[in-house]
Amino acid sequence: MSHKQGPKAAPSDSLDDLVDAAARALDLTVAPQWRGAVKANLAVTFALAELFADFPLPDEAEPAPVFSA
Amino acid sequence: MDTAWAHASEIAAAVTDGHTSASAVVRAALARIAADNPVLNAFTAVLEDRALAKARAIDAARLAGHPLGALAGVPFAVKNLFDVAGLPTLAGSKINRERAPAPRDATLIARLEANGAVLVGALNMGEYAYDFTGENVHYGPSRNPHDVARMTGGSSGGSGGAVAGGLVPLALGSDTNGSIRVPASLCGVFGLKPTYGRLSRAHTFPFVASLDHLGPLARSTRDLALAYDAMQGHDGDDPVCAARSVEPVAPEIARGSEGLRIAIAGGYFRAGVFPEAQNALARVAAALGAATEIELPQAKRARAAAYAITAAEGGALHLARLRARAHDFDPAVRDRLIAGAMIPAALVTKAQKFRRWYREQVLALFADVDAVLAPATPCAAPLIGQQTFVLDGVELAVRANLGLYTQPISFIGLPVVAVPVPLEPMPIGVQIIAAPWREDVALRVAYALEQAGAVAASKPPLGRDKQPRQ
Repeated sequence: MSHKQGPKAAPSDSLDDLVDAAARALDLTVAPQWRGAVKANLAVTFALAELFADFPLPDEAEPAPVFSA
Repeated sequence: MDTAWAHASEIAAAVTDGHTSASAVVRAALARIAADNPVLNAFTAVLEDRALAKARAIDAARLAGHPLGALAGVPFAVKNLFDVAGLPTLAGSKINRERAPAPRDATLIARLEANGAVLVGALNMGEYAYDFTGENVHYGPSRNPHDVARMTGGSSGGSGGAVAGGLVPLALGSDTNGSIRVPASLCGVFGLKPTYGRLSRAHTFPFVASLDHLGPLARSTRDLALAYDAMQGHDGDDPVCAARSVEPVAPEIARGSEGLRIAIAGGYFRAGVFPEAQNALARVAAALGAATEIELPQAKRARAAAYAITAAEGGALHLARLRARAHDFDPAVRDRLIAGAMIPAALVTKAQKFRRWYREQVLALFADVDAVLAPATPCAAPLIGQQTFVLDGVELAVRANLGLYTQPISFIGLPVVAVPVPLEPMPIGVQIIAAPWREDVALRVAYALEQAGAVAASKPPLGRDKQPRQ
């Protein structure tokens, strides 16, 4: 596979969009003075996620947690 | 005996033989806590009445000729995310002060006390365990007994400080990404993070269900083994706790490392390491005659996936509190948890799939080796409040990087003993990593290193002035 499917290191304005949308969806208040730190933390997570999000695994790959009924 | 620096095994033997009493040992521990805790800030609650009553009961049992447990009269304390009957379970937070007092003790406390240990208090920690520093905006920082201007590491900061400072010989902590191993390293004590699912987490405040472990910190390998043996066993109150029979390790540790194949983790675990961490690893490797390097495949990706799972599960756990009480969090913790709650589910699912793949790759390595050595932390204890350190001209964040070498190991639940190398001026730890359910291997290696004099919990300077060094 040559095409990239994973998250990109999101530009600042798209992180703003995500923070606004997620805050509404989750009913969270993000005070203006917190926004920069929240965005910075999200940016770190997205940058790290680039390391594993594109890692090739088969569709059949099981996630680690196992639930026993 | 100098119970301030005696090992738990020595205290238990002296109490059992009648050379001292549990009451005398506990009174001495309470006196040390009263004297030194104002500086070390390890304890958030001291249980004087409860501890003295328990000690008296042990002394009465001995007089009556009843058998005493393997930890008879040993004072211990627990990170304040463990339920302690009658106390609200703080988990390092301001918000949890309003919780109802816990109706019972955590399973691991009950098991230690059933073996004669005596709970003397609850210990400081980073808020909600989302921390590698031992700092806490609500309760003040835990302070490193080797230099009180320096951090203990976290999040089990009070656990590291209380054991290293001689307040108690044994403490319990939790480790999600390194929170036992990091303070063990920075405070110069032994720490055991058992296999994921080995020890019950019942009746403790969680952080990341996928990654949470509990375990002991102590000043000797034998003490880790005695405490660990006392705490083993299935517990139906923790769905993750494995249905395995107790596999005692204390009788095994004296076998040492003979016959064990020991390798050094290369690649990722050799990069970004400060000279003191390199020196400590070299000493341990030389003492064991270990020279072979092996690569844990994709360790950098593993750390990234652990980071994402941690943020997402932590954010989900605290979502209601973030809605209602955001101003009552430590700001640094709050902002990370809010961001964690916003991580897309697809990334977390992929991280959990990667986790299984990585586990299979790493477990395959154990066909050829029994134990793997790696740094516990990239550096010795930074100063309290220090935000960054510089390595090879690159400025790195302290908070994020203290767990670089612990995260890829706990990510797949491998058992680890962190052993302290007594370097000057500050100690630093090395991880001894074994295959799942082989705590015995890691503890045997730790014991061998202790016998060889390569590792030890060094006593902080006598008569320390309790002022930060210049």
